[in-house]
Amino acid sequence: MINNVERAVRTRHIKNSVFKWGVIAFTFIAVLPLIFILYYLVQKGVTSITWAFLTHMPKPVGETGGGILNAIVGSAIIIFMACIIAIPFSIAIGVYLSEFPKAGIANWARLSIDMLQGVPSIVIGIVIYEWVVKPMGGFSAISGSIALAIMMIPPIAKATEETLKRVPAGLKEASFSLGASYYQTTMRALLPAAMSGILSGVILSIARISGETAPLLFTSFGNPYLSANITKPMSSIPLLIFNYAISPYDEWQKLAWGASLVLIIFIFLLNIITKIAERKWKVQY
Amino acid sequence: MESAVLNVTVTPKMETKSPDTIANNVILKAEDFCASFGSNQVLKKVNMAITRNHVVAVLGPSGCGKTTFVRCINRMHELAPDATVEGKMIYNGDDVYKMNPVVLRSHIGMVFQRPNPFPSMSTYENVIAGYIFNEIKLTKAQKDEVVETSLKSASLWDEVKDILHKKGTSLSGGQQQRLCIARALAMKPKMLLLDEPTAALDPISTLKIEELLVTLKETYTIVIVTHNIQQAGRVSDKAAFFYLGELIEYDDTKNMFTNPKEERTQNYITGRFG
Amino acid sequence: MLYYILLRMMAAKSNFFNAEERTFRLSLSAIALILILILVGIFCTLLSASIPSIQASGWKFLFSSAWDPVTNDFGSLPFLVGTLLTSLLALLMVLPFSLAIGLFLGEYYTEGRVSQTFKSVIELLAGIPSVIYGFWGLFVLVPIIRSIETSVGVIPYGIGLFTASFVLAIMIMPYAVSITRQVITMVPRHLKEAAYSLGATRYEVIQKVVLPFSRSGIFAGILLALGRALGETMAVTMLIGNTHSIPHNIFAPANTMPSVIANEFTEAVGTIYTSALIEMALLLFIVTAIVNFIGRQIIKQFAYDDK
Repeated sequence: MINNVERAVRTRHIKNSVFKWGVIAFTFIAVLPLIFILYYLVQKGVTSITWAFLTHMPKPVGETGGGILNAIVGSAIIIFMACIIAIPFSIAIGVYLSEFPKAGIANWARLSIDMLQGVPSIVIGIVIYEWVVKPMGGFSAISGSIALAIMMIPPIAKATEETLKRVPAGLKEASFSLGASYYQTTMRALLPAAMSGILSGVILSIARISGETAPLLFTSFGNPYLSANITKPMSSIPLLIFNYAISPYDEWQKLAWGASLVLIIFIFLLNIITKIAERKWKVQY
Repeated sequence: MESAVLNVTVTPKMETKSPDTIANNVILKAEDFCASFGSNQVLKKVNMAITRNHVVAVLGPSGCGKTTFVRCINRMHELAPDATVEGKMIYNGDDVYKMNPVVLRSHIGMVFQRPNPFPSMSTYENVIAGYIFNEIKLTKAQKDEVVETSLKSASLWDEVKDILHKKGTSLSGGQQQRLCIARALAMKPKMLLLDEPTAALDPISTLKIEELLVTLKETYTIVIVTHNIQQAGRVSDKAAFFYLGELIEYDDTKNMFTNPKEERTQNYITGRFG
Repeated sequence: MLYYILLRMMAAKSNFFNAEERTFRLSLSAIALILILILVGIFCTLLSASIPSIQASGWKFLFSSAWDPVTNDFGSLPFLVGTLLTSLLALLMVLPFSLAIGLFLGEYYTEGRVSQTFKSVIELLAGIPSVIYGFWGLFVLVPIIRSIETSVGVIPYGIGLFTASFVLAIMIMPYAVSITRQVITMVPRHLKEAAYSLGATRYEVIQKVVLPFSRSGIFAGILLALGRALGETMAVTMLIGNTHSIPHNIFAPANTMPSVIANEFTEAVGTIYTSALIEMALLLFIVTAIVNFIGRQIIKQFAYDDK
């Protein structure tokens, strides 16, 4: 009898260890793709990245060399405009949700944020096509920015709301007791205290939309030329990667690899900056 | 009628038992026992011997180490990531830290501060949860018998016998705690450890459990951590007073409460600090 | 609606402590209102732009496999099937891994350098843009799948249902993991301790206490990952094969709703053609909204019950 139970206990311990090692194995396997992708990107893309690459325009098919200047400039302009549109708007919503959480509209607003976050990016592209591109009569950078801005709203609003909720009420009361208005309190006391959380929300949302392609397919559309005209189609890095990747030309594919590497480095840098900013700007209460 | 399987595994084969065990009927002995969390030492050289079928109340202010001591008996302490121990803890003649912890724990019952029946199991399943975990197979008749006996020992049978298959969490707080006691008793331990079992309960449920503990003393040795000095007075035979990780005094409860030998004990009992 | 708002504003007048707060609050409410209108507007625009197609095809749209821009005969069945199949396949592939990582980060290694490293790795995986996944898939996975297909005896397309689902699985993994990990850490410690005190091993505690407790939360995580998978466009477009037919086996090329929209929208001529594509966007919107909503509700319930 003793042996039966002892053997049973041993079996249970074996099952325990096997399970643990299984979990560890699966975890390691699951993160292998990241290593593969990064390795491949670096391998294929690093040779493309030269100063010329970043400062020159793509060459016509058949010629070697060339760069992605139009895409870099285009992405910069489109993202910049998206930020201008989205950031104040989203922060305002975040302030509203944390300051007046019980207002009737607040609950609908929260629901809208959650729903908006789940809308596929291509659907947003289609809607902006209907709202902006059709009335304007053509593709434009600004329509792309609007589409991206809509995608930036949920993360920034949520980050703002969450961070503001954690600011101690005493701060607000101290400001009011000094005679400050609600607006002044928000701008001078609350938002600065919440800056680290808001900033990380903003940076993360920029990282997210800088790689988005689908919403730009029918809005900013892409442009082989260097352009700063926001009412006309404009190039961007993700679009360039898409178009050149599926093209049959080796030279273009090479450019796409370089562009991909640049994009990944940019996104990773933003992630790192977020972590540093969060720590440095964190206000201790 | 005990389950044949458990009956035989009560004493795992080990080296010779220490002399006290057989002679003085000592079931648990701590020898120079120390416990730490990382660099923070919570128990300092505790020496204590618990006799069979006694109820021992473990007292002391918050942070004195009383909960840690009890959790070291059934090796729950080591579930914390940086927990370490020194010295010896001898249960039934065997060094607890040389035994298989899984086997050890199935021989000692534990009841926690917050009633914690498993929410995904019915009352019936909760009672035999120990058997489910330890993969001990019982026939339906054996299961029914264990459930009934344990619930009766925990004074809960009459209240739940018709709702055995409802979720364990559907009972009231006091009932849930008695369910947890039944769950611990179902494994037929020799020793029952209770960590502030009535702290989260109302006075009536508290009283019911205190009455229960006095009856259980005949079959089990009970160690109960409590913040409530009156409870210790009502329920225990012996009391152990811990302070800042040291065992200050260990005596018959009546003696300690009327004639404490140490000043710190006196101060705690009279409520000068808590 | 406006009347209701005005009424509420007047009734709540006594709550404002001064005129400035009222202005502040109202201006913020207006901004919040704009947000709500944006969402409503999205739905309305999709609906109204789909009307020509709805009028032309009616219910047939959901069941037909036709796709002829010349006769304006459009059916979305292949794309519905493709979307569902890729998403479900991706979920199936990701499930054991997300569970494993959820347990790894939520139960075995909740703190420390190992934990931080893996958490960062998962975050990085989530940050890689879809188009790069597609690009990588095209040049790395497709040749591998092609050789697998030749050895199995199937036409070596390389691209197809399986390839797209595989990359999709990698892409949705961080979302499934995040939620799984969170619900697993929410299992109350005293519940696990009760199990340990009865003599359970760690595996038994996980199997009989942790997982039953987190069941609904894990399911919600799956739903949210599904919502993400349904709407995923770029990587799938590059890897699915873009055929207007229902795939007959797992290696066949297919098409999904997002990918057909991405491929054909800019070239669609004619109202009904464009409208058909927009009708699919509408379907996509509705389905992802429902899936996400249910998922979030379950999580709210889970967090609430835990109290």
